[in-house]
Amino acid sequence: MAFSIPPFLQFMFRRVLQIIPVVIAIAALNFLLLSLAPGDAADVISANNGGASAEEVQALRESLGLDRPMIVQFFSYMGGVLTLDLGQSYVRGMPVLDLVMSRVPATLLLMVTSLALAVLAGILLGILSSTRYGSLLDRVMSIISLLLYSTPHFWLALMMIVFFSVHLGLLPSGNIATIGGDFSFLGRVWDVFVHLILPAVTMAMFYIAVYMRLMRSSMLEVLDLDYITAARARGASEKKIAYSHAARNALLPVVTLAGVQIGHALGGSVLIETVFGWPGLGRLVYESLLERDTNTLMGILVVSSVLVIVVSLCIDLVCGLLDPRIVHK
Amino acid sequence: MTSLLTVKSLCVGFPGKRGVLPAVEDLDFHIAPGETLAIVGESGSGKSTAALSIPGLLSRSSRPVVSGSVRFEGQEMLNMPDRKLARMRGPDVGMIFQDPSTSLNPVFTIGRQICEPLRTHMGLDARAAEARAIELLELVKVSAPEQRLAQYPHNLSGGMRQRVMIAIALACSPRLLIADEPTTALDVTVQAQVLRLISGLQKSLGMAVLLITHDLGVVWETADRVIVMYAGRKVEEGPVRRILSQPSHPYTEGLLRAARKEGRDGFLTEIPGVVPPPHQRPPGCAFEPRCARAIAACRAAVPAIRSTGPGQVAACIRAEEGQPA
Repeated sequence: MAFSIPPFLQFMFRRVLQIIPVVIAIAALNFLLLSLAPGDAADVISANNGGASAEEVQALRESLGLDRPMIVQFFSYMGGVLTLDLGQSYVRGMPVLDLVMSRVPATLLLMVTSLALAVLAGILLGILSSTRYGSLLDRVMSIISLLLYSTPHFWLALMMIVFFSVHLGLLPSGNIATIGGDFSFLGRVWDVFVHLILPAVTMAMFYIAVYMRLMRSSMLEVLDLDYITAARARGASEKKIAYSHAARNALLPVVTLAGVQIGHALGGSVLIETVFGWPGLGRLVYESLLERDTNTLMGILVVSSVLVIVVSLCIDLVCGLLDPRIVHK
Repeated sequence: MTSLLTVKSLCVGFPGKRGVLPAVEDLDFHIAPGETLAIVGESGSGKSTAALSIPGLLSRSSRPVVSGSVRFEGQEMLNMPDRKLARMRGPDVGMIFQDPSTSLNPVFTIGRQICEPLRTHMGLDARAAEARAIELLELVKVSAPEQRLAQYPHNLSGGMRQRVMIAIALACSPRLLIADEPTTALDVTVQAQVLRLISGLQKSLGMAVLLITHDLGVVWETADRVIVMYAGRKVEEGPVRRILSQPSHPYTEGLLRAARKEGRDGFLTEIPGVVPPPHQRPPGCAFEPRCARAIAACRAAVPAIRSTGPGQVAACIRAEEGQPA
């Protein structure tokens, strides 16, 4: 070969190519699952408009193309997905893609903030706990993480509102910004930040507990390995051993899990966004479910699966940077 | 003779379900500057545990209980604060481990790992440390040292990795090198190269070597004196030539016979039985159940160490001075 592509770029390229078939498969699966549910958009629209005769419903069905055989509808939908046309929301009367994309930024802001918070806090607390293995601090932290881990999201969210918004009056109880607020640019950023604190922290709590436990056990495992003894044997300080030698190796499972949990976090955001009135994808899922807006629901699933895949791709790249051995596999 | 390292009544135990299990019991030895002392024994004899306890490197999660005294140039190393001990690891005591494939950090470059002790202990800046790292890699005969610095452990062969480990151990010119089975995980051809490298460097740098091994061939080739350990205790000690030609302890004799493959009809000679685990050691001589020369008195008490020849001591009531067992 006259020139060679660096292994890291090859690795990235391979991973990016893998996205396409995965998205197609997910879109197909979603379509099939939702088409199994009884009733269709024509029923919902006519019911929402005060009922209609069988002929009217049939006419509506024909105009929406719902009378075509399933296989034809399937290919027409898949063709739409491939050309970035996710159809119309029958309930809201606007293109699904526009509707979904208008909700993506709010969800991304909430997810990225809470996961970043969770990963960072979880890793630091995990290292702290592992270096003080068996101490009082370690035990207290274990109990707290167990409590956080087993507390339901929505209940914690309600309690946070009761405490911080109702009792202390410190933070807003919901929404992404003050309605009718007239701010400068920085004023707006601050306003959104203040609104972000409660939902992001609530969502992060659970994940902090998960990452802390995982980081702790991963650290304990790594701290017993030969290369840690070898690092000690050349006079590295305990601090350096924990935060540099061991942590870098112990991070891998945590980062990998964080990638896997992006999907889980999106699911969790349905509850959090509903409780806090956060105008993101999660609340749109909740609304579309109640309205039986199948097109919107499918659109959300396609877009969120792309989100999950892109984030897990980023996680793979981070893993590749953390551990040079991964690139070669 | 002044001694560089003096170990007195060293005991190491690990807490288990039935109390503290003794891994090393009542071990005494010393190493003179520039000398090579080998400790030989089977797996489970406590030789690696003894070696690791000198620079305080026993696994913390196993919560070892260590007592006795380990003095390096008169300075007591046991119970020394971590920070102070860390300053001795590298410039005073260097260490090489058994398996080079697990003793290098897989996510750091070779360069970073060699430079670490240079920067911690000798205060070199990044560039000076790198220059010194290249010299060290040349010293241990690693090819293309400049390129190696940017490589990761998985890019190197086992022999190369062990050379890198040796380079790291030698980075701060230690006066004592502890080599814990440095060749066990390597190919036979590479073994000889690595041993020759260690002996050569020892002569040119004038450092003492504590060599832990189960290979009597290695002992014969490299060591000045040898300690034979069995079930956590020293059973024999003396100059290599003397021990290998006139062993006083039946266990040493058995090891030698097994190593020389003096079997009948082409069968390997073995010592019947296995080393008793720490919680099943007999009250008397631990080797007694496997010993062909055992008598009733052997079961009464742990035999004391006594002189059996010039510079030679053994822990056997059946060994007579000047007489092979």
